[in-house]
Amino acid sequence: MQVRVNGELLTLPDGATVAELLRRLEADPTQVAVERNLDVIPRRTYNEAALADGDEIEIVTFVGGG
Amino acid sequence: MIDHNDDPLVIAGRPWRSRLIVGTGKYKTTEEMQAAIAASGAEIVTVALRRVELRPGQPSMLDALQGYTLLPNTAGCYTAEEALRTARLARELGMTDFVKLEVIADQKTLLPEAEETLKAAKILVKEGFVVLPYTNDDPIMAKKLEDAGCAAVMPLAAPIGSGLGIRNPFNIRLILESAKVPVIVDAGVGTASDAAIALELGCDAILMNTAIAAAREPVRMAEAMKLGVQAGRLAFLAGRMAPKLYASASSPIGGLIASHAPGAAIASVEPKQA
Repeated sequence: MQVRVNGELLTLPDGATVAELLRRLEADPTQVAVERNLDVIPRRTYNEAALADGDEIEIVTFVGGG
Repeated sequence: MIDHNDDPLVIAGRPWRSRLIVGTGKYKTTEEMQAAIAASGAEIVTVALRRVELRPGQPSMLDALQGYTLLPNTAGCYTAEEALRTARLARELGMTDFVKLEVIADQKTLLPEAEETLKAAKILVKEGFVVLPYTNDDPIMAKKLEDAGCAAVMPLAAPIGSGLGIRNPFNIRLILESAKVPVIVDAGVGTASDAAIALELGCDAILMNTAIAAAREPVRMAEAMKLGVQAGRLAFLAGRMAPKLYASASSPIGGLIASHAPGAAIASVEPKQA
């Protein structure tokens, strides 16, 4: 299946979870927040939250700002 | 010695000793940022939310700012919808209900988009956020945001990053007169005297980033800002004297060795004519 992550197309195995996506991107789950199709995915559900073909994913973190 | 613990800043029922909130942007290095924040004495620091770089090894802002209360902002948002998405993600990431709501209208001025700010504020308050909105120095808008349930109002001193100082102290005074929530001047200050003026006016706190980060020596300026805020707050609490047009001698009038009573000739110092 294909999902769009931060604007970039990514091919993932069918049924991949958010936790698997983060592992693949080497992103520390405690340092990011994830949005799928405009809804925040709670961190405690990353292991069960399965992605679907066509999902729009945003993975964000804190940066310096005023 | 003045005990600043006796005069806490209270936002949404939580007390803070420091009345200076600082940003974390525009620093050359993480170390410089950390040293400047430490010198500022700030307990609350703002952060922004952005897409992660899809490559590992990026420095962690959460780790760098451990021990501080994070105030995530919605900087860069132009609509209420964008601000809501950003605030919700920030809450999940930062484990905090605090949000600096910032919805801007255009890239050139970065001035607040009042309608979208108010719209977003109402929804965020309903969702349980502690909403600290960046707003124009407009007393009417400030009142609307307070009525919407915001935990503070944050009028600008001048445009973000401009360093122009408080351009309209009279509007800030009008906001202060009617506000029942803390008034925090946010954006536009340039140097320590600007911070002092904000607190002297009676503002409860001040939020700044560029004035510290863009100083030649950010750490030194951070300390200057801390002292400016403290001086301004003390002056406000002390209550300034009334300004007067004419002079008023500080030393006693009576008991002078020479008499210069009103109307007396002062020509006696001139050399006597032969």
